[in-house]
This record gives sequence, structure tokens and C-alpha cells, in this order.
Amino acid sequence: MADNTNITRSDGKRAETALMPPVEVIEDVGGITLYADLPGVPRDKLSLSIEADTVTIEGEVNLDVPEGLEVTHAEVSIPSFRRMFTLSKELDANKIEAELANGVLTLRIPKAEHAQPRKIQVNVG
Amino acid sequence: MYRTQFPRDVFAELDRLQRELQTAFDISPNIRGLARGGFPAVNVGSTQKSVEIYAFAPGVEPGSIDVQLEKGVLTIAGERKAVAPHKDTKATVHIDERFDGRFRRVISLPDDVDPNGVNAKYRDGLLHISVRRREAAQPRRIQIQ
Repeated sequence: MADNTNITRSDGKRAETALMPPVEVIEDVGGITLYADLPGVPRDKLSLSIEADTVTIEGEVNLDVPEGLEVTHAEVSIPSFRRMFTLSKELDANKIEAELANGVLTLRIPKAEHAQPRKIQVNVG
Repeated sequence: MYRTQFPRDVFAELDRLQRELQTAFDISPNIRGLARGGFPAVNVGSTQKSVEIYAFAPGVEPGSIDVQLEKGVLTIAGERKAVAPHKDTKATVHIDERFDGRFRRVISLPDDVDPNGVNAKYRDGLLHISVRRREAAQPRRIQIQ
């Protein structure tokens, strides 16, 4: 398991074109888990930012390219990934946990405590 | 439906469509078919000394990747397991774009590759295979007497 990745709040900046990584988003009672495929992105080239209610995932691919390489076939045409998501109010952006392992980013976004489901006692009158 | 929780980025989606259209027009047909959008995505390049293959295979156990080179044909096979199913039965899948299951990609290499000079590395979900080319194929400067 990889270490946690720092999450920073950054000023919004518009960047150049990037590939959109495929993701999987699963919601359970406690929050949302997001998995994103970021192959070739090392931990220091991954950036996660939260601005207002938008989470931005950005990563640069680190390719070990020998000198004089002539590309003959490229399915990954741009060496960077970017994708944005809007969080809804009941999600707690301050408690996001991130982990990067084998090129897969896992984000766990818990629901704010007040939004956790609660069992309500029904009193019979 | 319950999609509003995590809406997709419309602009990124348009971006992707545009890029796909662009690339669709400058691809060269291959006898082994076009596996565009297949898993793992593959980039191939060559230098005078080697052929370099980059397979973008995130989330795969390195030990489960099988790389074979036979008669100039390189095969990358393996399996990517789906993320652990949540024990909580109330879990809802909002977006499901990631590949899971068995995969296999076949790449034909130039005739001059040396089957004894293959080197494969897996790091950050990227499989990098470097295949040496035979000495004879490398251009040599010829001395003029």
C-alpha cells in the first residue's frame, strides 16, 4: 500500500489539454470512494486540489525514454491526465483521504457527520 | 436518477470526443487489428539499438503479468481484478469506466529484435519493455578508403 498523498487547496489555473482518466465511483453509507487510473504517474507528479466544491485530479506521466526514440504507435498521445468532479454539500472535503498504488488513485470522501444516516425512533402515540 | 451527486465533467468529455475524432483519422491499419481503447493502452517506439514498448496497465499485480516474445511477436497478458466489492450492500456504483478482467495485447516487432535481450519493468502502473535489436541491423558508418 502506498503512502497518503498530500491534498492541497490551490488557486484555480487552467491548463493545456490532458487525457481524461477512467474512473469508478462507488457510494456507500459513509461516503464516496473514487478510483482513477493514472498509469505512469509517480506520486510527486500527482496533484490533487480542492477549490470550493470542485476536486481536480491532475497527473503527469513519467516515461523512461531512451535517447533518439522515434514513436511509431501511440495510444496514449498526451502525457498528462486531468479530471474534475463537483462535490455535493453533504461530502466533507476536508477529510478526503488519497492513496496512489500501481498507477491507481483511490480517493475516499466521507460524508459530513450531519449527513450520516441516522435511525429515527418512531414513537407510537 | 441519482447521478447529480457526482456529475461528469462535460467539458472534459467533449475534449475527449474531439481527441478521439482527431486520432481516428491518422491511424495506420494493422494486420492484427486495432485495439484502440483496449487494455492496456500501448505506445511503441524504436531507437537504433532497441524497440521500446510502453503498456499502460494500472492496478495490475506485477507478478500476474505474462510477457512473451515468440517469433517476433510480443504478447502481454494478465488480469486486472475489480476493486473489492463493498461489503455494504447499500453501495451504489455511480460511474464505472475502469476495465476489469483478463487482458491480452499482441504486438508484432521488427524482424531484427534479439529475443535474448528483453528487459521488462513495471512501475507506477506502467509496464516498460525494452527489446534489443541485433547488432547487424544497427546502422554502421563505413570507412572510405
